[in-house]
Amino acid sequence: MTNLLTRIGLALALPVVLFAAWWFGTEGSDNFYVPPLREILRTFPEVWTGERIRADVLPSLIRLAAGYTVAVFAGVCLGVLVGSRRRVRAVLEPVLEFFRAIPPPVLVPVIMLFAGIGDTMKVVVIAAGCVWPILLNTVEGVRAVDGVLADTCRSYGITGPARLRHLVLRSASPQIAAGMRQALSIGIILMVISEMFAASNGLGFTIVQFQRSFAIPDMWSGILLLGLLGLALSVLFRLAESRALAWYHGQRRAQRGLR
Amino acid sequence: MLLDVRGLKKVYEGRQRPVEAIRDLTFGLDAGDLVCLVGPSGCGKTTLLKCMAGLLAPTEGEVRLRDKRITGPPPGMAVVFQEYGRSLFPWMSVRDNVELPLRNKGIARRQRQDLVAQALAVVGLADAHHAYPWQLSGGMQQRVAIARAVAYQPDVLLMDEPFAAVDAQTRADLEDLIRDLWRKLGVTILFVTHDIDEAVYLGQRVIILSSSPTVVREVLGVDLPERRDQLTTRSDSRFTELRAHVYAQIQAAKRESMEILATFGRAGSGKSSRSQSEAKSV
Repeated sequence: MTNLLTRIGLALALPVVLFAAWWFGTEGSDNFYVPPLREILRTFPEVWTGERIRADVLPSLIRLAAGYTVAVFAGVCLGVLVGSRRRVRAVLEPVLEFFRAIPPPVLVPVIMLFAGIGDTMKVVVIAAGCVWPILLNTVEGVRAVDGVLADTCRSYGITGPARLRHLVLRSASPQIAAGMRQALSIGIILMVISEMFAASNGLGFTIVQFQRSFAIPDMWSGILLLGLLGLALSVLFRLAESRALAWYHGQRRAQRGLR
Repeated sequence: MLLDVRGLKKVYEGRQRPVEAIRDLTFGLDAGDLVCLVGPSGCGKTTLLKCMAGLLAPTEGEVRLRDKRITGPPPGMAVVFQEYGRSLFPWMSVRDNVELPLRNKGIARRQRQDLVAQALAVVGLADAHHAYPWQLSGGMQQRVAIARAVAYQPDVLLMDEPFAAVDAQTRADLEDLIRDLWRKLGVTILFVTHDIDEAVYLGQRVIILSSSPTVVREVLGVDLPERRDQLTTRSDSRFTELRAHVYAQIQAAKRESMEILATFGRAGSGKSSRSQSEAKSV
């Protein structure tokens, strides 16, 4: 119990310090572009009303969810294929590394050319950016399937779809999860960026609108909201991961305990 | 003859030159046999077992099960590997580990549950159904692997140095477990080991292999009483004689290979021996 309290205390210490620094650092600020935090927090509930959340935050999140889901699906499918076929890997790996090295935001203008400026474009941008860490991590995970376990499966006649489900995907799942975690933060970035280019709603769009209309505290409150959203999503992800990969963390702990 | 190894030869295509792991092996197992296979370390025991399990294609010769040539893992054969920590699915509970091959075999749910429960009870793990393998000790993990093989109801059980990485006391218990299972279930067992005492204690027959390139050096009948136990059998004068005989054969095999080594260079790479010493150092 005290252990848990200590952990919570440690986790909250730095945020509290930063928050205090921001608060007192901007307390007497008369710089138009850096309003006092007090001002930003006062604006926050006025700006982010239920109506605005429905009209701007929700569409952003839906596009993020759609793009992310597509990326997970495509990344895992392709990753399993590339990871389990040495030939395919030899052909594709250099190309994949090339595409991965391209910063995803530059894809926005390109994808706009093909997919227009609607929701499709934004979903495609998010998916195109998120797919790489998932794909490459899946490839690594699939390649690293243990030889003894693979022999065990073969000798018990566990092949085809059963092998994929019980052996390949499960043993690659820690790496897949690591890729998905990286992809999540990329996805949030691309969600905002894709809305800054051409959009009529969304978080990124709203923040840019505030900036252009010199509603500076409102703009800051949007940035704050984005940060909180990112935090919430990553906490959710961690919770889901620690449940799904309980075996993996348990095994790691057991192995460390032996040493 | 249930399981028949004829003129088996395996050559690995090495980086610089081909490595001949097995030269020419011929032996057979009748239904209900418990045969131990011993040989000096690095003599290709694991290679042989993989060829017999259909996991590795031999370069020449063949393995026949019920007079059918083995080209891939045959149904009716189960393998227990040395590396218990790597042969169980860490993401599945003990029960699911035992059950998965049965599900894959298409056995009905009720019957599966019975088989799993029986197999786990037989290896003394009736209360570990819901544990994960990594929560168990090494010896218990190997028991789970044995339970999985037993539940699969194989005709032939191949065991590749299954007790090499567990401590001596656990090992004695597991040896008795194998003798027990063999008598109760009437399954045919080929037990590969590098431990001479273990081979003599367990087997009805002991097949002694030469050093690499490997051939059968001797097939030794073990004329010890059917009922064996760690205390009396191991102090039996016949046991000591047999053990000394096998030991002398293995030493002779090693000496000969040293002479060959002096002229031709090293062949066996001793992968299983290496992983044993790693397992012990943990």
